[in-house]
Amino acid sequence: MNTEITNMDAAKAREMEHAHHMEMKTFGFWIYLMSDLVIFSVLFATFATHGHNYAGGPGPKDLFDIPYLFVETMFLLISSVTYGFSMVAMQNNNKKMVLTGLVITFLLGLGFVSMEIHEFYGMIMEGSGPDRSGFLSSFFTLVATHGTHVTFGLLWMAVMIIQVVKKGFTDGVRSRLMRLSLFWHFLDIVWVGVFTVVYLLGML
Amino acid sequence: MFGKLTLSAIPFNDHIIMGAVVSSTVLALVIMALITYYKKWSYLWHEWLTSLDHKKIGIMYIILALVMLLRGFSDAIMMRAQQAMALGANHGYLTPHHFDQIFSSHGTIMIIFVAMPFMIGLMNIVVPQQIGARDVAFPLMNSISFWLTVSGVGLMMISLGVGEFSNTGWTGIAPLFEKTYNPGVGVDYWMWAVQIAGIGSTLTGINFFVTIIKMRAPGMRLMKMPLFTWTALTTNVLMVLSFPVLTVALFLLTMDRYLGMHFFTNALGGNMMMWNNLFWMWGHPEVYIVILPAFGVFSEVVATFSKKALFGYKSLVYATAVIMFLSFTVWLHHFFTMGNTPDVNIFFGITTMLIAIPTGVKVYDWLFTMYRGRITFSTPMYWTMGFLTVFVIGGMTGVLMAIPPADFVVHNSLFLIAHFHNMLIPGALFGYFAGYSYWFPKAFGFKLNEKWGKRAFWGWLIGFLVAFMPLYVLGFMGMPRRLAHYDNPAWQPYLIVAAVGAFIILLGVMAQGMQLFVSIRDRKKNTDETGDAWEYGRTLEWMTSSPPADYNFAVIPKVEELDEFWDMKEKGTAYKRPEKYYDIYMPKNQPHGVVVGGLALAFGFAMVWYIWWLAIVSLVAIITTIILIGANDDTDYVIPAEDVKRIEDAHFEKVAAAMAQVNNQGKGGE
Repeated sequence: MNTEITNMDAAKAREMEHAHHMEMKTFGFWIYLMSDLVIFSVLFATFATHGHNYAGGPGPKDLFDIPYLFVETMFLLISSVTYGFSMVAMQNNNKKMVLTGLVITFLLGLGFVSMEIHEFYGMIMEGSGPDRSGFLSSFFTLVATHGTHVTFGLLWMAVMIIQVVKKGFTDGVRSRLMRLSLFWHFLDIVWVGVFTVVYLLGML
Repeated sequence: MFGKLTLSAIPFNDHIIMGAVVSSTVLALVIMALITYYKKWSYLWHEWLTSLDHKKIGIMYIILALVMLLRGFSDAIMMRAQQAMALGANHGYLTPHHFDQIFSSHGTIMIIFVAMPFMIGLMNIVVPQQIGARDVAFPLMNSISFWLTVSGVGLMMISLGVGEFSNTGWTGIAPLFEKTYNPGVGVDYWMWAVQIAGIGSTLTGINFFVTIIKMRAPGMRLMKMPLFTWTALTTNVLMVLSFPVLTVALFLLTMDRYLGMHFFTNALGGNMMMWNNLFWMWGHPEVYIVILPAFGVFSEVVATFSKKALFGYKSLVYATAVIMFLSFTVWLHHFFTMGNTPDVNIFFGITTMLIAIPTGVKVYDWLFTMYRGRITFSTPMYWTMGFLTVFVIGGMTGVLMAIPPADFVVHNSLFLIAHFHNMLIPGALFGYFAGYSYWFPKAFGFKLNEKWGKRAFWGWLIGFLVAFMPLYVLGFMGMPRRLAHYDNPAWQPYLIVAAVGAFIILLGVMAQGMQLFVSIRDRKKNTDETGDAWEYGRTLEWMTSSPPADYNFAVIPKVEELDEFWDMKEKGTAYKRPEKYYDIYMPKNQPHGVVVGGLALAFGFAMVWYIWWLAIVSLVAIITTIILIGANDDTDYVIPAEDVKRIEDAHFEKVAAAMAQVNNQGKGGE
């Protein structure tokens, strides 16, 4: 907190205030993630209430291709690891490694989203779109909300790649990369929930 | 090009609507003409619209709330007038469809566009000053939150003249709000207006939560926070955790209406009951979101004007926290009649009754604070005492309805309407009015007129009792809510009395307008020179000048006591010049809030009317704006130490002059 600011010279005070501000942004981002978690919780709850309302339409066993989803899941999980490497490289101020890590993470994330879109496309084409039943409505909404989050994460990552190239590791860039890291891992955790609750439990 | 939008969307044939549209458009044009005539656009833009100063954003929130209060209140008057006459052969002056839109917009406006902005406005003005901070944690996000609320208001106002508003109440009714039964744009207007404003509220919750947790002055531990800040903190927790539920509920309805999904439909696996659950999982915490900060205001007011420390500070804090937790465990009492099992109903019945306990603790704390205090009967104190007397009646009817079998009798009757107005008008609105007159001198540097303030109070209090007590009786007589027409002559006398009550409230509202006018006219006579407008201020916001400098505190105070400023005055350390001033960094003005709000309005409008290209363009533009915000590292400007010294010296001279004057008059301090 601001404790000793009054007793220090202005420049030092300024520096401390700045660090404090970065810390606040991270904290604020945590709080945002918690509110986002509520969004996913409610979507999970909705899936729990609607997930068996097939309305005479197809159920999970008719639609889900677990090996395909396993590959998709691996894309996202490994992308979290590569993002982690990127953050380690940032600690060492290794710009090249950071960028390599970010690009690989981006490609893996892109692979995940593409596979998801492909899965959705196939389902919609065979008449199992979100308007078919309560089950499919809640399925598409939950999974696509996660997918949309990942897509925005990718957009953010693209912006950060540009910022790293253009600005280097300024305090602002560092703190944004940290927050994107939180976001990315958060989405990973949510996906573990989706994969378990929607896909694996659905196959039982 | 324009989606579903054609000229026929404007209801030219409906004289009542067109009257409202024309008069509000004319009013807007007159205001814009005046701004242009006095060449104030630049001032408005630079000093207000793009300002990131929490005090100015707070003032804008409250202006917004007061304007919307007038509209919400007009709806109320129209409903009371309709019900007073629509018996038997007389069908009143409103069509049922129009009546349905009026009760829907009345509720939506009063909760989302009056209570929320009023509460957030007070929080904006007061919280940073009470915790000894210079601004909120994220000033630009604060501005964006405000403009998202304005954008929701914009959609509400547009719905008046272009198309229609929802006819399914402010709470929505599944499956009546589905596309099948409601193919028009009314539900969409409601959905998008609430959605956009709600996202702004979530951001506000995050912002103020971080502000209170991270930006308190050194020494201010949690248990040394002023009570208003405590209630603001709990409200922010509720906002962060409950508004996302509303976001999802509305989003799922959006999916139903736009993509033909089956969340709340009655076919193909939809579940109508899910809507009630989700809506009230937000809706009940929302009640506490708007009421807890009002409790905070009462706590500040009662201590200041009794000239005593708050009785049972700790018990008030714990009671507030308990209410915060319990507020998430009672949502089902809004639909005991839905067909839950008795066990489920009784669980929620008990949790609901439990809430009366911490609330009762609070009432006694306020009473004991007044006990043996030397009470100054100022306008804020009037609102507080009015609240204490009337609010407990509402509390008792609430406990009554918490008993599921009793609720079956009065569910969705006017008894319920009487109950929740009895909570929200004295509980929330009187609290905001108390805060409005209490902190007005802090925000503007002069006090509001007391005489007109008290007249307004009597108008509201008497009007409230006359308008709502008959509704309790009508509830027992079996009259359901939301009736545009009825055939039972026994109800009419009570409804006429209620209408009279609404007009008495109108007198109160007019007195408030008069109060504002008189106060601005006589502002030179009522200036607050010291910054401690009521002389007995206890908390840090009274330490700054009125209105405070941009940076609030030239030097961040070190806090030792709960009522720090009171303690400083006791010890004689108040109003002392610091040894040295430092440069202060403050956030620069940014136009991004206005831009995001404008684009959100365009997006909402486009979605309502299926103008897909505009929806896509505005959404892309919003994302681009956010990327631009993220890329901007140059956000602060410096106020050099010399300037700070100059501003502070001027303030101290004013304080000294004011003190000398008081001493000469032989009144002396405490």
